[in-house]
Amino acid sequence: MRRILSLLVENEPGALSRIAGLFSARGYNIESLTVAPTDDDSLSRMTIVTHGSEQIIEQITKQLNKLIDVVRLMDLTEGRHIERELLLLKVAAQGAEREEIKRLVDIFRGRIIDVDGETYTIELTGPGDKLDAFLDAMPPADILEVVRSGVSGVARGERALRL
Amino acid sequence: MELTGAQIVVQSLKNEGVELVFGYPGGAALHIYDAFYSQEDVRHILVRHEQAAAHAADGYARATGKTGVVLVTSGPGVTNTVTGIATAYMDSIPMVVLTAQVPTSLIGDDAFQEVDTVGITRPCVKHNFLVKDVGSLAETIKKAFFIANSGRPGPVVVDIPKDVTAQTIRYSYPEDIRIRSYAPVRKAHAKQISRAATLLLKARRPIIYTGGGVVLSGAAKQLTALVEHLGHPCTNTLMGLGALASDHPRFLGMLGMHGTYEANMAMYECDVMLAVGARFDDRVTGDPKKFSPQATIIHIDIDPASIGKNVQVEVPIVGDAAVALKQLLEVLAQSSTTQDEESLSKWWDQIESWRSRDSLGYDSSDEVIKPQFVVQKLHEVTLGDAFVTSDVGQHQMWAAQYYGFNKPRRWINSGGLGTMGFGLPAAMGVQLAHPEAVVACVTGEASIIMCIQELSTCKQYDLPIKIVNLNNRYMGMVRQWQEFFYDRRYSHSYMDSLPDFVDLASSFGHTGIRVEKPGDVEGALRDAFAQKDRLFFLDFVTDQTENVYPMISAGAGHNEMVLKPLPDGSAPMERELA
Repeated sequence: MRRILSLLVENEPGALSRIAGLFSARGYNIESLTVAPTDDDSLSRMTIVTHGSEQIIEQITKQLNKLIDVVRLMDLTEGRHIERELLLLKVAAQGAEREEIKRLVDIFRGRIIDVDGETYTIELTGPGDKLDAFLDAMPPADILEVVRSGVSGVARGERALRL
Repeated sequence: MELTGAQIVVQSLKNEGVELVFGYPGGAALHIYDAFYSQEDVRHILVRHEQAAAHAADGYARATGKTGVVLVTSGPGVTNTVTGIATAYMDSIPMVVLTAQVPTSLIGDDAFQEVDTVGITRPCVKHNFLVKDVGSLAETIKKAFFIANSGRPGPVVVDIPKDVTAQTIRYSYPEDIRIRSYAPVRKAHAKQISRAATLLLKARRPIIYTGGGVVLSGAAKQLTALVEHLGHPCTNTLMGLGALASDHPRFLGMLGMHGTYEANMAMYECDVMLAVGARFDDRVTGDPKKFSPQATIIHIDIDPASIGKNVQVEVPIVGDAAVALKQLLEVLAQSSTTQDEESLSKWWDQIESWRSRDSLGYDSSDEVIKPQFVVQKLHEVTLGDAFVTSDVGQHQMWAAQYYGFNKPRRWINSGGLGTMGFGLPAAMGVQLAHPEAVVACVTGEASIIMCIQELSTCKQYDLPIKIVNLNNRYMGMVRQWQEFFYDRRYSHSYMDSLPDFVDLASSFGHTGIRVEKPGDVEGALRDAFAQKDRLFFLDFVTDQTENVYPMISAGAGHNEMVLKPLPDGSAPMERELA
């Protein structure tokens, strides 16, 4: 099953490689990993999307918690949560196609953020599966470049990952 | 008081109460070594190879429970240490490894003797640090000691660039340290303890299976009390030997790949299993699908990640073994549930019938020296009270099976990583920790060669270790597997051109003897152990064809043991179980 793990980690140089190293050394999957500083200078927030059986996910969370650099960990998928990912998509857009692509972007509530005579650059935000659906809808021949940020997420309501 | 980084290293070790540091100098470490020169509080032991520094510190830690300390230089100093760090990591041994690094200005430049120490050691340490500023040096060392010897212990590396050791700053050593992301649980959850107590009291075919965690947490007393209170059978892993005395009537011997018939059969047939400080290693469980099929498992461990990792557990209990067992004993003492004495008595009858198979029996010989016989004689001559280190292979299993450890911390071997070359340097650490104690290194001719240079260190520090070399001219365990599983194709398991070990020992300034006849074994051991002031190398020329029995092949179940063949060549247990 697919899981979204949110972590608060010490904002130190070795932290990222320790976490990435844990996944590779133990053969766990990383579908995506995002990391950025938080309002607290000493902490970074990391979101890892992974998948595995219940037993594997339990091991992943236990092994992550064991790392000294991991301060807090929450499995967002255990409760109600919001998941967002940013997609920047560059497509070939010429002639009649330009209007067709524009319409598709509107349907998915994306935005065209850069235009030239032959291309559009599209910005789209949403859960991972929405981005997947958008990419599926786009004619493959038109796709020039796909840039995805990886998933970020937050728990709904009062549940919060903080010190 | 202003101190240099190098002086801070030494002063911090003093503040930690460190008595011994095992190390080897080199360019980046020279400031630190200079600081060692002008003090006498922390004793530095100069080894002959950095791997041995780590093993010696490891042996010291295993024998005492204190944190072993290593000091090495950058680059090759570090890479040579990695095997020793990984060995300690796999067996959860508390160790602090101070590694010198090239100056901060050169880091990343492929400087002379530079390696990415933090990167190269990351997968085999509990934690590691690169100290970039002299201001954080003392605090980092404090953290390293705290992390190494709390929770599930392990090695911690502190990498210190040369310029940091030259900078000066006002020194103060933190009294206390708090790490916000690290707070190991010691006390177990009361509700889980009650659940465990009820299960244990209602068990009809119980077994207590304990590992290195019981030794590490100093829980041997509590374990013995529990075993005696319940009257349950108990088996120890390779790492857990000595936690329950080997001559205790409730002790079934070691379990696992080379465990006894009674221990493994009891594991297979049990209905309730209490695992304490053990991690269900593949050498213990065999095929997890065939592991204890009827068992309800209670698992006490200080590391939550060890629980439920390889085997599903019904009652997980996170806590320190000594604390949790004490809690369990208190609950049991007050419990009104009575045990099913009739079932328990039937269970013991069953166990005794397994035990009567004498799975550790072997054919004695007047012609060739049987390695098992040497280990048994070693027990007699040392009154079962020696510290025994070993290397890795057949001799290691024979030492584990036949020595009979009656106290914890007496059996010192590389269980998890299986590091050949461990035995001699580990024995140095043990002997330095306990100068008056009898220390024997049971080894083989292939293993001892891997750190033989340490005979020189032993001479320098007058370490009266007794080396018991079970010399069968083969990498015995490799040969055994080739005999069983590779149709006797002995590929590169025979060692040609072995040294004359007695001459070799004497070239390092030691004495030794080569023993070829079974009748000479005991006398040679008595002579050697009578020489309390010197190292002695006993080179026993043993039976080349001897195998370690019983054996569970990798991937088999506990009920699929191969015992020593009968005189007609058939394997008795396979026949019986079929």
